[in-house]
Amino acid sequence: MRIREHKKPFGFEKPSRPHGKIIIIDERCKGCGFCVEYCPQDVLELSERFNKKGYHPPEAVNDHACVNCGFCRMICPEFAIYTVEDEPVIG
Amino acid sequence: MKADPKGVMTGAHYLDGDHACCEGALAAGCRFISGYPITPSTEVVERFASRIPIVGGVFIQMEDELASSIALQGAVWAGKKAMTVTSGPGFSLMMEHIGLAAMTECPCVFVNVQRGGPSTGLPTQPAQADMMQARWGSHGDYEIIALSPSSPQECFDFMIDAFNISEKYRVPVMFMMDECVGHMIERVSIPEADQIEITERNYTKLPPGEYLPFKPAENMVPEMCKVGDGHRIHVTGLTHDYRGYPAMNPEAQEEQVGRIVRKIRDQADDIVRYEEFDVEDADVVVISYGITHRVAVQAVRAARDKGIKVGMMRLIIVWPFPEKRIAELAEQGKALVMAELNYGQVFFEVDRCAKGKVPVILAGHGGGTVHETDYIVSKIEEAYQCR
Amino acid sequence: MSVTDELKAAVQAQTNKSGDAGHPMEDFLRMDRIPHIWCPTCGIGVVVNCFARALEKIGIPLDDVAVVSGIGCTGRVAGYVKIDSFHTTHGRAIPFATGLKLGNPKLKVVVISGDGDLVSIGGNHFVHAARRNVDITVICVNNFNYAMTGGQMAATSPTDSILTTSPYGNFETPFNLPFLAESVGATYVARWTALHIHRQTEAMIDALTKPGFTFVEILAPCPTIFERRNKFGDGLDRLNYYYEHSEIKHGEPTANVDVGLRTKIIVGKFVDKDRPTWLDSMNSHLKRKLGDRFTPYEG
Repeated sequence: MRIREHKKPFGFEKPSRPHGKIIIIDERCKGCGFCVEYCPQDVLELSERFNKKGYHPPEAVNDHACVNCGFCRMICPEFAIYTVEDEPVIG
Repeated sequence: MKADPKGVMTGAHYLDGDHACCEGALAAGCRFISGYPITPSTEVVERFASRIPIVGGVFIQMEDELASSIALQGAVWAGKKAMTVTSGPGFSLMMEHIGLAAMTECPCVFVNVQRGGPSTGLPTQPAQADMMQARWGSHGDYEIIALSPSSPQECFDFMIDAFNISEKYRVPVMFMMDECVGHMIERVSIPEADQIEITERNYTKLPPGEYLPFKPAENMVPEMCKVGDGHRIHVTGLTHDYRGYPAMNPEAQEEQVGRIVRKIRDQADDIVRYEEFDVEDADVVVISYGITHRVAVQAVRAARDKGIKVGMMRLIIVWPFPEKRIAELAEQGKALVMAELNYGQVFFEVDRCAKGKVPVILAGHGGGTVHETDYIVSKIEEAYQCR
Repeated sequence: MSVTDELKAAVQAQTNKSGDAGHPMEDFLRMDRIPHIWCPTCGIGVVVNCFARALEKIGIPLDDVAVVSGIGCTGRVAGYVKIDSFHTTHGRAIPFATGLKLGNPKLKVVVISGDGDLVSIGGNHFVHAARRNVDITVICVNNFNYAMTGGQMAATSPTDSILTTSPYGNFETPFNLPFLAESVGATYVARWTALHIHRQTEAMIDALTKPGFTFVEILAPCPTIFERRNKFGDGLDRLNYYYEHSEIKHGEPTANVDVGLRTKIIVGKFVDKDRPTWLDSMNSHLKRKLGDRFTPYEG
């Protein structure tokens, strides 16, 4: 197709992608690591800190990479993590 | 409120007790039966299955009594008046769900057309040996209300009462028929719908968020709601708080289980129902219920002919038990004869209430047929001599 | 202040700080009962998430939905969802749901319970509700054992699995639930694992919107018992196992989808067919037989 001959997408100097703000409710977490293991963007890691129950809640180490897919929210059995839409990331 | 004319087959009919029981339920507004066939109760559901498509409602034949005794509770929470029907072995299977109905305060009716037991026993012959099971059969502490009719007409009349009482107290009601009453054909007079008083379910008027499904209201009985009304209730067989949430502690147990016991025991004076004749001058009083009442009436007349001053007390509502009245009779020095189709069940209640003040004699019978009149007369004579 | 209250206050403080509407599940859950009783890395919470998401996607008003559970770990789901919910007796969730649905056919009635509850003690009800095609959705969280009572062998435990009542390994043959559901008449049968969050959500949407007896089996890790005793590690290791060993085969004959202890797991949508529901059959049959004498039943 002719469109493929264009080096860049129409109208955008830099493409944007969705970005999510990650909210972790520490005290609900039981440290299962599901979100860390299955985050498609590798945003999360288990933190060093403890919550009141003695588990290590996750923390966002690569916040920038989050695309607000919501996988962490869905896979979390404790309802302890979710994302909300943030300003899209350009480039 | 008056009965829905659709369910009322006004007129005089020749019906057996099972069929009359079904008509009573329809008149009372019952629009859902989940049943399972068992002799000698099957005629109730057979009639319901043929009548309900015309009246408007559901009959479903479940896979067993475990299912039928809980499906009706689902229908109740959906807003229907519902019952199930069974006999001895089926009644045994239903026990867990009688406990669930008591715990979740689900207004419904369990009909037991009693037959000889234990186990398969005498499927086609009468007994009254499930009376204690009706009261205590499920595990844990709870109270139920049990009625006992002695004729097809009463099967009709008391069935309406059974539904009304279950709504008033949010309690499962046991309708304790027996094979004889169930299969006896007599004239049953069904009044006009506007002559039949129906107790509607006491639905809450509180808005969602404020309504608590297990918070006691009038008569210690919580108001009801139905699924879909937006209250988003939780109902559990676990001990629960006012919200219906599980609460695993002795305080909640006292609050909830204590109340479901007290709401019946403390109000027993309003609930108990019996009838008496010739008691005033009597030296001996025969107590009975259900089919045995009819034999006992004969025996009382025969004993009177022999010159014994004997009276009759007939229990209509067997549970809760008319403790105070029995105590009064004993106080007055009247010897008591308990006639029932078992080897002594309600007898022990009579004996307990008499507190040893007068002789209490059991005219028991294992079932399979009704008592011989002479046998009860002989027990009356025995009681007369003992006093 | 009890420990639970303290935790709740801490959660509240943190939620307020985040400055948004809070966790999206908060409208769906009885938040005053969270945290729940399920073990760390248990899969049941994931299923609850997906169920909520499915309802949200369908867009059905939550007042029209009722959840019925039996007894067991999964039986506790009813207690956490903020919709009309019933925690009934062991094995009898399906007949209760049958009564509820027939009592008010406008309701969407969903049974969420465990394998032991639904197909062992409640097996007869499962069979007959499917045969009748009562219009309910059954979501079975299968963790291969009786977890609430401490991990006894179940009707679904794979042969050779070690559990407290099969200390030398289970020598029985387990149920293949999709096969069972199909053979007794379910109109929709799918199996996914707790890891397949989007697939299971889609399956729940399919099941919830399809008339008749629809069945979704979700394989979920039981870290405390099944995974530990059978050397699968914890729930996360088990999810990894699902990841590596699951094979999606839509339309696979259900006879082929047994789950062994360490075999591959066939997942997918196996059955999707149409049959009149119990209530439709009743109404059409009686209308035909009784004509105008019949009062159609609408609840």
